[in-house]
Amino acid sequence: MRLAPTVAVVMFVGVTLYALLAGADFGGGFWDLIAGGDERGAAPRDLIEHSVGPVWEANHVWLIFVLVVMWTGFPRAFAPIMSTLAVPLTLAAIGIILRGSGFAFRKASITLPTRRAFGAMFAASSVLTPFFLGSVVGGVASGRVPAVGTGSLLHSWLNPTSVLGGVLAVVVCAFLAAVYLAADAHHQGDEALTAYFRARAIASGVVAGVVAAVGIVVLHSDSRRLFAHLTGRAFPVLVASAVAGIATLMLLLRGRYSVARITAAAAVVSVVWGWAAGQYPYLIDGRLTISQAAGAHATLQALLGAVAAGIVVIGPALVWLLLLARRGDLQPSPTD
Amino acid sequence: MTGLLAVVSAPDLLYARQQMALSLGWHIVIACTGMAFPFLVMYAEWKGQRTGDPVYTALARQWSKVLAVLFAIGAVSGTILSFEFGILWPRWMAAYGDVMGLPFAIEGFAFFTEAIFVGIYLYGWDRLPPKVHLWSGVPIGIAGVASAFFVVAANGFMNTPTGFRLVNGHVVDVHPWAALFNTSLWPEATHMILAAFIVTGYLVAMPHALALLRGNRERYRRIGFLIPFVVASAVVPLQIVAGDWAARHVAVHQPVKLAAMEGLERTERGAPIHIGGVFIDGRVRFGIKIPDGLSFLAFHRTNAVVTGLESVSPADRPPVNVVRTAFQVMVAIGTAMLGLGLWLLLAWRRQRDLPRSRWFYRAALVAGPAAVVALEAGWITTEVGRQPWIVYGVMRTRDAVSTASGLRFGYFLLLVVYAALTAAAVFVLRRLPRADVPHDDVPHDDVPYDGVRSDA
Repeated sequence: MRLAPTVAVVMFVGVTLYALLAGADFGGGFWDLIAGGDERGAAPRDLIEHSVGPVWEANHVWLIFVLVVMWTGFPRAFAPIMSTLAVPLTLAAIGIILRGSGFAFRKASITLPTRRAFGAMFAASSVLTPFFLGSVVGGVASGRVPAVGTGSLLHSWLNPTSVLGGVLAVVVCAFLAAVYLAADAHHQGDEALTAYFRARAIASGVVAGVVAAVGIVVLHSDSRRLFAHLTGRAFPVLVASAVAGIATLMLLLRGRYSVARITAAAAVVSVVWGWAAGQYPYLIDGRLTISQAAGAHATLQALLGAVAAGIVVIGPALVWLLLLARRGDLQPSPTD
Repeated sequence: MTGLLAVVSAPDLLYARQQMALSLGWHIVIACTGMAFPFLVMYAEWKGQRTGDPVYTALARQWSKVLAVLFAIGAVSGTILSFEFGILWPRWMAAYGDVMGLPFAIEGFAFFTEAIFVGIYLYGWDRLPPKVHLWSGVPIGIAGVASAFFVVAANGFMNTPTGFRLVNGHVVDVHPWAALFNTSLWPEATHMILAAFIVTGYLVAMPHALALLRGNRERYRRIGFLIPFVVASAVVPLQIVAGDWAARHVAVHQPVKLAAMEGLERTERGAPIHIGGVFIDGRVRFGIKIPDGLSFLAFHRTNAVVTGLESVSPADRPPVNVVRTAFQVMVAIGTAMLGLGLWLLLAWRRQRDLPRSRWFYRAALVAGPAAVVALEAGWITTEVGRQPWIVYGVMRTRDAVSTASGLRFGYFLLLVVYAALTAAAVFVLRRLPRADVPHDDVPHDDVPYDGVRSDA
């Protein structure tokens, strides 16, 4: 078994799970932000709070997982990526602080003005954070990070591919969240809320498709290498993403929410893996390959061992959490 | 914008260090509560279940609301650190990321465990069976302590690096497990974990100490004070032993750090120790001198040789007064805490009750912030005491810092964010809806007030 590619796969699995799980939490913040005034927005905000509340911290850990695997497994990629993309990463970090604390503060507050203020903090940062993280991906995918040292602090993320990455991240998060929330509302038998999120899921799904289509054009002029691979060997993955996306819209129209969850997730998974396949064998596109960036052999071995042991420990617990959350066992009882 | 950036000279070492100090110094307090608080909450819940005493259950529920807030801000403030490793110290990570990354990877899973069970515990109060709920809290505390252990393993590596060889400036022959189990790990981790219980205990006791000081003698207040205060006070003597262990370890493995902690210029046999004072021109002035004291404390022999600062060139010495003052503050606070614990113990033996003196509660009130100061002081001692090295004796901090210009802007931005975050956290915690307190021994069955009140 070649170690470095295996560790890279593990890292991308982490990226995928972060996108699927935390992405939906960020998307919840997006819908919270535009849910309207206190009265009109109360029902959707309640649903969002209940579906995000018990799981967002566990979902957030996937980001830490990715960072840790990267600096341990690929320290020579971690250093230039983080230092070059310092600006969007710092802004994303601040977004992460405001999102998490805003959410927790809102839950702990009882008066309307404070709930409103912390809610706005949570919701606005839920939109900004995926945007900046997406722009980081754009900088890496378009090869704007040097193999060694620190590249341009501004051009590395103020470029067409980064803007595309940022917008796509926000839209995809919103789409995922709307699909999940529609399914949750349906599961609870709330028809009004189901329709509410179904309409938003369809709208954001269409927007995501448009952004992706425009994105292909952007990449054609801005990231030639990535474009060539996306339309070459990674093309089947992109097609799969489009098919899954369209299937999700059809399923939503027919009211098949639990299946729509799966196809929506599949659409997002294929976007992430399309990016990975488009870049392979590079970690920083066109500049630093997986094997060039890899750390010591003994470390990669130990890292894979630790990850395997870790999955054995947390896997069942994580499944339990997600099951309890879906069954509605992690909510205040109705008598409260 | 580019013009503005060009004006700022690179690299901003000082600002990078300030930013790291700010975010670590902030996170370390919250991380302490993540380790120890779950055990306090669970003890109260367990007592409540076992005795049926609603006071304990009310405490557990109230504390778990506080835990929810603290865990959330702990999770996000910890994440920032992983960003900063790369943003501020990329050359350190590029060279040593694969040597010292393993404990962080394991810590990631410990943190995962915490986050998963926090979700279950905090949100499962009403629907999970009581026993299941109680047990779902146990992994939080255990994983919290494990997190600290592995994070300190990485810090221990920075203090006593091992598990690799340097050949022509290149890191080769990496043994990540050896790097993880570096010699500083056990004394440092023990000292850190015990500190968490002291800091958390005194902080959690604070609001109840205030209520008792104001004459509120409800059982809710007495028990809410006693549980965390007794835990913290019981750990203090252990911490003094662990601190002695840690200091003797530093004496052997980082002699220059010890020399800075004590302000010892020359290598001496039978070195004295000074209490208080300032280090000026190679000696401590205005301090109380105890002959042979340092030799005795560092090596448990009065005639032991203690290495002085002069053993290395001035460029390789940490700022003595910062390290020394921090160390003395930590020791002084630790000693005072020992006295506070003894006060409670004596009162309890004499009258089977809490001390009556209002001064006791004033002191208990001060113990919370004082414990935080001691924590920060201890951390400054070990971090600043390691300077000018980021990896002791191997890599200098200034060779690790990012060459990017304008790091100071990130620092200024985070300064504002952390100030706001602190203010908001204090605001929210102070205004948490009060638990439904069963009055003295009369239980009653009101449901906790959990509704949304409008100020409008």
